Amino acid sequence: MNALRRNVLKGATGAGAVAVAVAAGLLAPARVLAAIPRSAFEAKGMADAMKAMGVAAPADSKDISIKAPDIAENGAVVPVEVTSSIAGTSGIAILAEKNATPLVADFGFSNGAQGFISTRIKMANTSLVRAIVTAGGKTYTAAKEVKVTIGGCGG
Amino acid sequence: MMNRREFLQVLAVAAASGMALDSKKALAGDLDMYNLPRFGNVSLMHMTDCHAQLLPIYFREPNVNIGVGAANGKPPHLVGEHLLKYYGIKPGTREAHAFTYLDFTQAARTYGKVGGFAHLKTLVDRVRASRPGSLLLDGGDTWQGSATSLWTNAQDMVDACIALGVNVMTPHWEMTYGAARVQEIVNNDFKKAGLDFVAQNVVTADFGDQVFKPYVIKNINGVNVAIVGQAFPYTPIANPRHLVPDWSFGIQDENMQKWVDEARAKGAQVVVVLSHNGMDVDLKMASRVTGIDAIFGGHTHDGVPQPAQVRNAKGMTLVTNAGSNGKFLGVMDFDVRNGKIAGWKYKLLPVFSNLLPEDAKMAALIKKVRAPFESRLNEKLAVTEDFLYRRGNFNGTFDQVILDALMKVKGADAAFSPGFRWGTSLLPGDVITMDRLMDQTAITYPATTLNNMSGETIKTILEDVCDNLFNMDPYYQQGGDMVRVGGIQYTVNPNARIGSRISNMMLNGKPVSPTKTYKVAGWASVQEGASGTPIWEVVAEYLRDIKTIKPVKLNLPKIVGLGKNPGLA
Repeated sequence: MNALRRNVLKGATGAGAVAVAVAAGLLAPARVLAAIPRSAFEAKGMADAMKAMGVAAPADSKDISIKAPDIAENGAVVPVEVTSSIAGTSGIAILAEKNATPLVADFGFSNGAQGFISTRIKMANTSLVRAIVTAGGKTYTAAKEVKVTIGGCGG
Repeated sequence: MMNRREFLQVLAVAAASGMALDSKKALAGDLDMYNLPRFGNVSLMHMTDCHAQLLPIYFREPNVNIGVGAANGKPPHLVGEHLLKYYGIKPGTREAHAFTYLDFTQAARTYGKVGGFAHLKTLVDRVRASRPGSLLLDGGDTWQGSATSLWTNAQDMVDACIALGVNVMTPHWEMTYGAARVQEIVNNDFKKAGLDFVAQNVVTADFGDQVFKPYVIKNINGVNVAIVGQAFPYTPIANPRHLVPDWSFGIQDENMQKWVDEARAKGAQVVVVLSHNGMDVDLKMASRVTGIDAIFGGHTHDGVPQPAQVRNAKGMTLVTNAGSNGKFLGVMDFDVRNGKIAGWKYKLLPVFSNLLPEDAKMAALIKKVRAPFESRLNEKLAVTEDFLYRRGNFNGTFDQVILDALMKVKGADAAFSPGFRWGTSLLPGDVITMDRLMDQTAITYPATTLNNMSGETIKTILEDVCDNLFNMDPYYQQGGDMVRVGGIQYTVNPNARIGSRISNMMLNGKPVSPTKTYKVAGWASVQEGASGTPIWEVVAEYLRDIKTIKPVKLNLPKIVGLGKNPGLA
């Protein structure tokens, strides 16, 4: 067990998740580039969110992998990992399609940083979790279904 | 094998229990069932989902166990005659009784009760004697399901499993005693006894650190055998999350592959998984993860006579499921030569209590455990005229009694009771004691509730639970049966998608209105802080009042859209 690591983090409660990870040395304190306008995060429904992001028809890509639970243990904190092996990945956005405001996060990458993010998102309902990757001025996408259930009644 | 004296004892027991004996020869044939000639050099015994049943009981297998999509018509979704035909089991035999619901009450009176740890211990010891070095694996759901397990905070089962000689275990319901209690048992009782508790898919919710050992490697007769643990992946969803707030579960195929590869790299010649995934999930996992020789599965309580053989990218994996309630003991023999499995044999042995004399030490331990509670356990609540059981995709008769009790005592329009697959069976004429009632209800979150729900909410709940059972993708299934419903009739199409499986919801002859509010009673809420009279008190009050259970009117849904399905009798 990483008791030390956990204790260090306890001292950092109250800070945001990214700040905590930075404090723990898990993330290099690289600048987080926000390429997408703020309004996109407030857009309701997938169509408006995509429009606000300035994304028209991203191509489906097998070079994007999304790791997320098949069934969420807690819809309020769903762990999601996105890996893009597309050369020149400069942005990864995450959308929970059935959320009232689907755009959840946008990460920017510079200087050839590896296209990998790991975060937690909030989901209202069972939904596709979609990643949109920007690379070389083009957009690519992949999605995975995450089920949010009312629970109980098992076994 | 049984000596002459033991054989005569069995005959005496059989005669005393009113067993229909055609001849002594017939019984001798039954006894041969336990005379398994040794095969190979590596043997693993497997028990699972005993649900804390220390004493012999009756347990009826389902007559409805529907498989959807690719699972249709394949094990474990075969019931009754379909199962017998598939495995070549002769109808009307002791074996047919063990694996099916057919003529259950008649056959149960003939062949007697099943399971019981004192009888199981005798069988385990015999297998060990014929197979030196063999291990006993316990697939979990061991600490929960009886009055004494609940009242001793699982200590009775912990002691009984250590006495039984369990070597390796993985969990599910164990977690409902709370993370601290689980850790206490693993780090004290089990550590002292040398019992390994393995679970590759339980990690800390913050950093994903392993909470338990993912696997162990045991040397059996010179062969290194890795046993990887797979806990029930949906524990914090199907059971209260607040009981294990800091742990995360999930199926975790990629990590499974990593541990299997690591075990091989460390010199394991045989790699098996001790799994609480449920059989459909195991079958899918076996097709995706390579390098596993066998998955010993549980959770879905399927008594599957022979393993399924699943092909994957690099070979073949055997997938077993060993039933429930102490009714079966699986015995897998591997013939390992030059570091590879050259052959295997498997037998799922039914544990017929009348054929296996009690182990005296285990019998004494069970007596000691029960002694402080005897008067409470033996309280006679009612007598049943009907045959009472739970297991099956939809309402069983004992569920119906619970629903009727909830609606009457709580003054509700409708009631929900969880689709648990545990819960023993009672024959017509049997007394319902508190002991038997606790078999159906003994959980650590027993509060009953009464809520106002709109018709729309009721429909959403039914759809949600139904999708956990009939989702086409096994990885989205949770392995329980459909929530039991009292008061409301409905139609179900298992092959439809979520949102359109449930239709024609009716209450007292009128359609259930989406906007109208109904009073719905229930129990086993997974929400933190649910409070209310424990379910056993509600049902006990009802039983003491009515005294006799008349033939039960089962509220079964109308099942449509299936066509021919051998999971439906």
